[in-house]
Amino acid sequence: MRYEAPETIEKACQLLAAEAGQARILAGGTDLLVQIKTDVLDPPLIIDIKRITEMRKITVDASGCWIGAAVTGAELKEHAPLRAAWPGVVEAANLIGSTQVQGRATMGGNLCNGSPAADSVPALIAAGAKALIVGPSGRRELPVEDVMIGVRKLALTKGEIVTGFVLPLRPKHGGDAYLRFIPRTEMDIAVVGCGVSLVLDAAGVCTAARMSLGAVAERPLLVDASALIGTKVDAAALDKLAAAASVACRPIDDKRGTKEFRVKVAGVLARRTAQIALDRAHGKTGTTH
Amino acid sequence: MAKHHVQTTVNGDPIEFLCDTSETLLDVLRNQLNMTGTKEGCSTGDCGACSVTVDGRLVCACLMLGVEANGKKVGTIEGLARGDTLHPLQQKFLEHAALQCGVCTPGFLVAAKSLLETNPDPTETEVRYYLAGNLCRCTGYDKIVRAVMDAAKDMRGSKAA
Repeated sequence: MRYEAPETIEKACQLLAAEAGQARILAGGTDLLVQIKTDVLDPPLIIDIKRITEMRKITVDASGCWIGAAVTGAELKEHAPLRAAWPGVVEAANLIGSTQVQGRATMGGNLCNGSPAADSVPALIAAGAKALIVGPSGRRELPVEDVMIGVRKLALTKGEIVTGFVLPLRPKHGGDAYLRFIPRTEMDIAVVGCGVSLVLDAAGVCTAARMSLGAVAERPLLVDASALIGTKVDAAALDKLAAAASVACRPIDDKRGTKEFRVKVAGVLARRTAQIALDRAHGKTGTTH
Repeated sequence: MAKHHVQTTVNGDPIEFLCDTSETLLDVLRNQLNMTGTKEGCSTGDCGACSVTVDGRLVCACLMLGVEANGKKVGTIEGLARGDTLHPLQQKFLEHAALQCGVCTPGFLVAAKSLLETNPDPTETEVRYYLAGNLCRCTGYDKIVRAVMDAAKDMRGSKAA
């Protein structure tokens, strides 16, 4: 097993494209090293991307937000402007694993690990984030909901790397949130995860809304949230949103939850998550956890 | 493939070692540097027994390659005591009997030290959440949490003095 730690994205793409076998990108390693240790993977080449400056950077300015794919959960949490702009995204990333895992785990890795239960992915989808992908044929942006196409399957071609995420500026009167259901309080994998982002006008009427669900299908889903638009996100609108969430689920039965349970919980979480996003859009602060 | 030549510092001392790609930082610490204070529990980042700091950040040594330590500052349990003088956390763990078999203890101590460096006055809830990635099958956690709270109090007091 070879190890390379290139300092540019171009060099990383070249290494990835030139390797005949299945090379793997190493960001935080909290999934990759476990998969190697348990013999799920045996890559001939590991490409550590943490020496590539733009992949380790967070910027929040007039043009929007950039989160490098190799930024850790702990670094996200410490970045006050990003937390103010997209609290739901930061909280979702911070739900992954322990303090120790947060010291290493990244959103690029969370997405590219290809788990349908990845916590940060529904929050990114709800926020309207785009993944910046660099490869041998250049750069492209892909909405985050289109990156994962199935369990452990990504819409990336050989040599392509997700280098980071582009998020819009927080719209005026906008709010986002992410909640997940787990049967304990910490250190678990989502039975259902739900991200909601919404925008109100000056009168408090919802003008835009996005919702995403995790762990209820073979990949995180972008779910129709139009039930909120044109409403003040009142109880009737939240009922409709909850119904839309439950209808969108196509979950499996597994040790974490039955299909029936996941369908029901998706509705409950949709309502609760939208309520937090609404409170934030109204300027109420506070965290969900 | 040739081994990687890694230059790092461990508890402030410059250290060089050679390792294969597949060797974790935990493997290197225990098997090459003979620093066996850092324990191997699950090897999959779930138990926290191998907690160390890297450039001040708390991580699991089992979830990091040895080669990734190149140019970094590693902190381990061996860096807590000053000669024969125990770190206040170590002293409080003894006073509160916050350990039985002891395998999780180095990880708890390193993690608790990291907590108190960023948050010298944590609530009990904050302590419990921060240490959620450290598993102990003996104590039931209460004594550990009490020891950390007590050490925090002492350390705040000695700083004020």
